[in-house]
Amino acid sequence: MIRKKKWMATVLSVAVVLGLVVTGCGSTGGGNAAAPKEMKMSWNPGAEPKTLDPQMSNGIPEAIVELNLFEGLTRLDKDSKPQKALAESYTVSPDGLKYTFKLRDSKWNNGDPVKASDFKFAWMHALDPEAAAEYSYQLFYIKNAEAYNGKKAKADDVGIKVIDDKTLEVDLEAPTPYFLSLTAFPTYYPVNEKWVKANKDWNTKAETFVSNGPFKMKSWAHNDKIVAVKNDNYWDAKNVKLTELTFNLVEDGKAALTAFEAGQLDGMDNIPVQDIDRLRAAGTLKNTPYLGTYYYRFNVTRKPFDDPRVRQALTMAIDRKTLIDKVVKGGQTPAFAYTPGGIPDVEAGKTFRQVGGDYFKEDVAKAKELLAQAGYPDGKNWPDNVSILYNAGASHETIAQAIQDMWSKNLGIKVKLTSQEWKVYQVSEQKLQYDVARAGWIGDYVDPMTFMDMFVTNGGNNQTGWSNAQYDADIKKAKSTGDQKERMTAMHDAEKILMTEMPVMPIYFYVNNYVAKDYIKGIMRSPLGFIDFKNATVEK
Amino acid sequence: MARYLIGRILSAIFVIWLVVTLTFFLMHAIPGGPFSSEKVLPDQVIANINARYHLNDPLSKQYFDYMNNMLHFNFGPTFRYEGRTVNDLFAAGMPKTGALGGLATVISLIGGTVMGVVAALRQNKTADYFVTFLATIGISVPSFVIATFLQYYVGYKLHWFPPVGWGEMKNLVLPAAALSAYPIAQITRLTRTSMLDTLNQDYIRTAKAKGLPGYVIVFRHALRNALIPVVTFLGPFFAYILTGNFVIEFVFNIPGIGQFFVTSISNRDYPVIMGTTVLFATLLVTFNLLVDMAYTLVDPRIKLTGRKEA
Amino acid sequence: MSLPVDAFTPLQHELKAEVINRPSTTLWQDAWRRFKLNPLAMGGLVVLSAIVLFALVGPFFSHFDYKTNDLESVNLFPNWVHPFGTDELGRDILTRVMFGARISLAIGFGSVLINLTIGIFYGGISGYLGGRVDNVMQRIIDIIFSVPDLLYVILLMVVLGSGLGNIFIVLGIANWVPMARIVRGQILSLREQEFVLAARTLGAGTKRILMKHLLPNSVGQIIVVAALQIPAAIFMEAFLSFIGLGVQPPLVSLGSMAASGRLNIPSYPHSLLFPAGMIAVLMLAFNFVGDGLRDAFDPKMRK
Repeated sequence: MIRKKKWMATVLSVAVVLGLVVTGCGSTGGGNAAAPKEMKMSWNPGAEPKTLDPQMSNGIPEAIVELNLFEGLTRLDKDSKPQKALAESYTVSPDGLKYTFKLRDSKWNNGDPVKASDFKFAWMHALDPEAAAEYSYQLFYIKNAEAYNGKKAKADDVGIKVIDDKTLEVDLEAPTPYFLSLTAFPTYYPVNEKWVKANKDWNTKAETFVSNGPFKMKSWAHNDKIVAVKNDNYWDAKNVKLTELTFNLVEDGKAALTAFEAGQLDGMDNIPVQDIDRLRAAGTLKNTPYLGTYYYRFNVTRKPFDDPRVRQALTMAIDRKTLIDKVVKGGQTPAFAYTPGGIPDVEAGKTFRQVGGDYFKEDVAKAKELLAQAGYPDGKNWPDNVSILYNAGASHETIAQAIQDMWSKNLGIKVKLTSQEWKVYQVSEQKLQYDVARAGWIGDYVDPMTFMDMFVTNGGNNQTGWSNAQYDADIKKAKSTGDQKERMTAMHDAEKILMTEMPVMPIYFYVNNYVAKDYIKGIMRSPLGFIDFKNATVEK
Repeated sequence: MARYLIGRILSAIFVIWLVVTLTFFLMHAIPGGPFSSEKVLPDQVIANINARYHLNDPLSKQYFDYMNNMLHFNFGPTFRYEGRTVNDLFAAGMPKTGALGGLATVISLIGGTVMGVVAALRQNKTADYFVTFLATIGISVPSFVIATFLQYYVGYKLHWFPPVGWGEMKNLVLPAAALSAYPIAQITRLTRTSMLDTLNQDYIRTAKAKGLPGYVIVFRHALRNALIPVVTFLGPFFAYILTGNFVIEFVFNIPGIGQFFVTSISNRDYPVIMGTTVLFATLLVTFNLLVDMAYTLVDPRIKLTGRKEA
Repeated sequence: MSLPVDAFTPLQHELKAEVINRPSTTLWQDAWRRFKLNPLAMGGLVVLSAIVLFALVGPFFSHFDYKTNDLESVNLFPNWVHPFGTDELGRDILTRVMFGARISLAIGFGSVLINLTIGIFYGGISGYLGGRVDNVMQRIIDIIFSVPDLLYVILLMVVLGSGLGNIFIVLGIANWVPMARIVRGQILSLREQEFVLAARTLGAGTKRILMKHLLPNSVGQIIVVAALQIPAAIFMEAFLSFIGLGVQPPLVSLGSMAASGRLNIPSYPHSLLFPAGMIAVLMLAFNFVGDGLRDAFDPKMRK
């Protein structure tokens, strides 16, 4: 009998558990029923940030969160122009090598004043060889920064000087016209020296997280969500309208979109390509420019890609518009040059791309002719084992399949497909163990240089085996002068060489597709992928 | 018994050591490192990183350092999340994975047994066919498909439960249902078959002949014996609950530890790969031991001795 | 005391009772007879044969092939030309399901063939030799059994790179342990039986006894396990596809189609429904056939 009772108890307790589970489903969840004065919104930055220590981070999800928790010397406006933020004023020496910043009175969210030494402390931390920050090279514009990071100079030699609590003086290696924009980036943010020294691992949890931006951290449930609230100590707090900003950390685009459509999320980036048509038809899809190029690399050390005519022929023989409309779908721009639009040139109102123009046309007849000249008329003699390398996932696979098909139909050449796991693929590319490889590049800053200096001889990001002395010389020239006109001309010259020699085949320029509820206003999206919620409002 | 246990624990430790060693060297054979990325870092930055994380040490030194730290329960820093340790990651994720796995365990064990018994008692009647149908779905559809269907149709279209996220009890319902689909089906099938077997045994007929009420026969005589095959399934079952978690946690965005199974490898986050291996191997070894001990409880014919016989 | 021989009178007639009236049946005939009586198992077998036919012959009757793109007709819903609709590159899903079923079946059979080979070899030796060898070999199996095999499947797939051959190998390696256990158990119980003793007395060597006597007698159980491992391998490949380590495009498997179809659910549900449905039918058929085989080969069921 006792045993029977045990069984009954078990059955009953199960019934209770199941009952609890079922009763939990009464409400439909979501619904931002906010009190009148409160203004809350949520966004998915794409992933759990690897870290929110501004100096140690280098990714987009990290930058999106940090941008809203911190404030640097400058902050980018809606046209990506640097506006004075913590810097009340600044002066630049005539040779463009010395910047002197005067700081405004401002506080950390724990009440400490923000000092010039907080900047120096943070920047030196990023450069410290012991700290081994991945993005330390973002600071290599500063005098002796690279040498110090490479253990070839002392800390005191680095060109960052604290004149007084409110004055910071920075010496540069070479004139850098975009240095002011750089000071708006996370690597250049200050951290609270006093607090950080007292609290190791201060940046891994909300209780010890101290920042100086429009919002301050309230809670951080790892891999789940970060809740930030308005920071009343922010110097420009009167212009911050949101009372609460939640970052829901959802890595799977599919799950995030479901959450968005179910009302659990107010906005997100990285829209799955499968949903783009549907969202566009429904009018929910939005997009902003994104400073990036999707392209294929040719391994010029391997036959048949050692012949520029082959590279040119393949580049001309695909139909970018169809590829974008039918496969990629996001409303990207067909690329007939390497550097994307959206980067200002010397002349006001003109972009680098407009000045440079297109460097080639899609022309199947011409492509066939070039291929025949190279010794492969109608694809005859074409080697058997040429393959397109790409990393598994996203739409790289479908793009590669479509391009494979276009080359086959237009030129009569057969290529295979090789998919590799993400990091294996990177290694193959870097070791030149491929024939043709898919690639993408997102700019680090708004200047053509972030695209153009990739292909210098033996550059780490070249990865094609291509080398051209004139190209190298042009890039060197552009890097050594502060004169914008001279720089831009040199870079246009370099791009022309790149697009004649064609070690890379541009396919399209990125756009940033996103969705956001209609009641979300005033978010500012930069072409580098950052999102600024400082001026965002919720208007229901 | 005590001797048996000590033997098993010693062999468990050996197993874990072997698994850890194997994983360590296999992991370093994978191309690409934790800090390789699409944007290639300058050489000196890579040198600094390698120095900081001791990635330049000879592999044998790294191995012995790791083993030494492991003995002190120090599983090292994660390479992906700056400033956090493997212990931090697991401490944050374990309760979530535990809650999900626990609920799925309860649902599958109890649901599966009940459904199996019902099907057996109503053999070839509507209830039997219905249960069999439900059970076959669980074994015939991949879990990521089940999870996707539940998320989209039950969560999003019908609004019964939140489709994504974590935090409240109701968030657990769909993931737990998706996670238990496969084991509940297996347990139902096992219980049904062995229940039918048992109900045909002579002692059950004797019990019936004695005029014992039906529920006494079922619960007291039949079920206990019918559960033996279910116990044999528990080992694979726990392994499934632990590893099957990845798909479910990914689809429903649950901040547990199941994700590390896959993400640690794709990130080449060496300490997390090792930590995951140690954790899962330990859990599996423990569960297997518990399952073997459970045999003796349900089946008095089995005795634990120093040696296992076939 | 002894009896004189003439005290016995031989029986005058043959003993009717000793005559085998029933025609002698081999193990196979016996199993098949019982298998036929099981409607679920027979149904499973019919469906399975239909799928195999569909996968092998089907593509020849299709107007489309599984890999050529047609960017003018992407993501079409089911219609008369494309009964299952088209995918994101305008390829006919019906043709791809047929072809994918072929690859999935190949993965199932191929990897089971590998684990069968390893399992029979390992289990056979362990069970037949017994004693210390068996003990050591069983310890090794215990160890492998407590290794999280998923971790190794993923690690190996990343090390080797995804590809059909590697999937065979990795899934074969991952699943041989249950097979080895079954084979060993069978051999262990069989080798004590009289016919083995008889064979040995007649001078048969180890190899001959193993190959001619022990293995054929355990083949029933081996088939049962294999029949249940094939669907498990197909499932595992689907999981690998889900994490991006499955077959290499343009090759497709049902698993890889379902994994990419998953992303299409709100917009184009047919691209998930058809491959997933096919997996489900295939799994069911295999499971019913497997269960049927188990009952058919189970001596306890002999009536």
